[in-house]
Amino acid sequence: ELVQFLLVKDQKKIPIKRADMLKNVIRGYRGAYTEVVNQAGRTLQEVFGLQLVEIDPKRHSYILTSNLPCAEGNHPCRSKEKAKIGLLTVILSFIFMKGNSVKDSAVWEFLRRLRVHPGEQHEIFGDVQKLVTEEFVRQKYLEITPIPLTDPPQFNYQWGPRAAKETSKKDILNFVAKVQGKSPKFWSSQYNEA
Amino acid sequence: NTVMAAQMTDAHRRFLQVLMSKGITEASEARKLHHHCCETDKVYYAHDKLDDFISTINRHLQPLFMQIRKGMSEEDGRAYYAVVNLAETEVTKMASDYTEIELELFRKTMDLIILSENGFASSTDILNLADKLKTKKMKKKEAERVLKVFVEDKWLSEKNGEYTLHTRCIIEMEQYILSNYQDVARKCNICHSLTIQSQVCESCGIGMHLPCVRKYFKAQTEPRCPQCNEYWSYDIP
Repeated sequence: ELVQFLLVKDQKKIPIKRADMLKNVIRGYRGAYTEVVNQAGRTLQEVFGLQLVEIDPKRHSYILTSNLPCAEGNHPCRSKEKAKIGLLTVILSFIFMKGNSVKDSAVWEFLRRLRVHPGEQHEIFGDVQKLVTEEFVRQKYLEITPIPLTDPPQFNYQWGPRAAKETSKKDILNFVAKVQGKSPKFWSSQYNEA
Repeated sequence: NTVMAAQMTDAHRRFLQVLMSKGITEASEARKLHHHCCETDKVYYAHDKLDDFISTINRHLQPLFMQIRKGMSEEDGRAYYAVVNLAETEVTKMASDYTEIELELFRKTMDLIILSENGFASSTDILNLADKLKTKKMKKKEAERVLKVFVEDKWLSEKNGEYTLHTRCIIEMEQYILSNYQDVARKCNICHSLTIQSQVCESCGIGMHLPCVRKYFKAQTEPRCPQCNEYWSYDIP
């Protein structure tokens, strides 16, 4: 039962809180919580190739990530999702290439060059600002933190914990290299980090 | 006796992950996917063993009350695969994606579709339903938006302003529909699966899927009901 609950929750890419797990499924078995969760984790791995990963040890929230080796080409998502993943990949790449942390103004300037504007409705993404600053953050792909003592308030954009688990700096660097037609080694400091 | 209790390999897991994320997969796509997964994860591949491959996965899904099920589209007669919940409880898969009022609209729409003669409900009728919901009245614009989402998410499909259940929905909810609409829901006389859009014999009341009708009458000189032998008065699709 817990396995199904986790699968359904994860489909929406929102992290699952331990409190929700306890409330909805485990209920009477409080004492055996760890055992039930471990068993569910084993089943998820064995049958689905998914891993239950704790991304926030303080608040006890989890996500499911695939632990199958990444396959070229057949990325399992519908076209709207594919477009979102595309946009996300581009943003993650930008952040990585710029040293893992970038100011919001730089990110939006970069996106503007790709004809993606925060104020306007994009034909595929709709409200881009909401998608990037709310949806991607809620799904833990991006982390946006305010920079103290800035007026008007500025923000730092970094990779979120799900991004770190679902892709790797190596993959992103290879992606950038492919797009630019150069060897990944061209960017020596990123290459060393990846 | 081949007690080769086949193990799950990464190829099986990958196949399952993709099937789950797509919601519904057409048979030829599934075969390509089977090939792709076996190649990617370096697992032995036999092109005609998709059913065995799926059986292995199903054996492991069974204790979780899940299954990869095969169904047929009533539109084109093609086979499709979907991962379904066997637990016969309410529309569980939908429950977490929609609000209470949206679910009510869906259930009432499903009533209309199943009780209809041809398996379709007009958008006008659905919008009238929206106005009479118990939870809260739904405005026309909101109902139109929700219907669009149901179509995008493959629970309903739309044709000429009329709505019927999407193949995915039928595969996933076949058990639920057969048990909750026992007196009304029909099974196809040829293939014995649930049928939503069916042609029904005027004399004896048996129903058949449109693609099944097409296949059955192809070999007949005169279209006659397989049950009562009366002349089949409908247009053969």
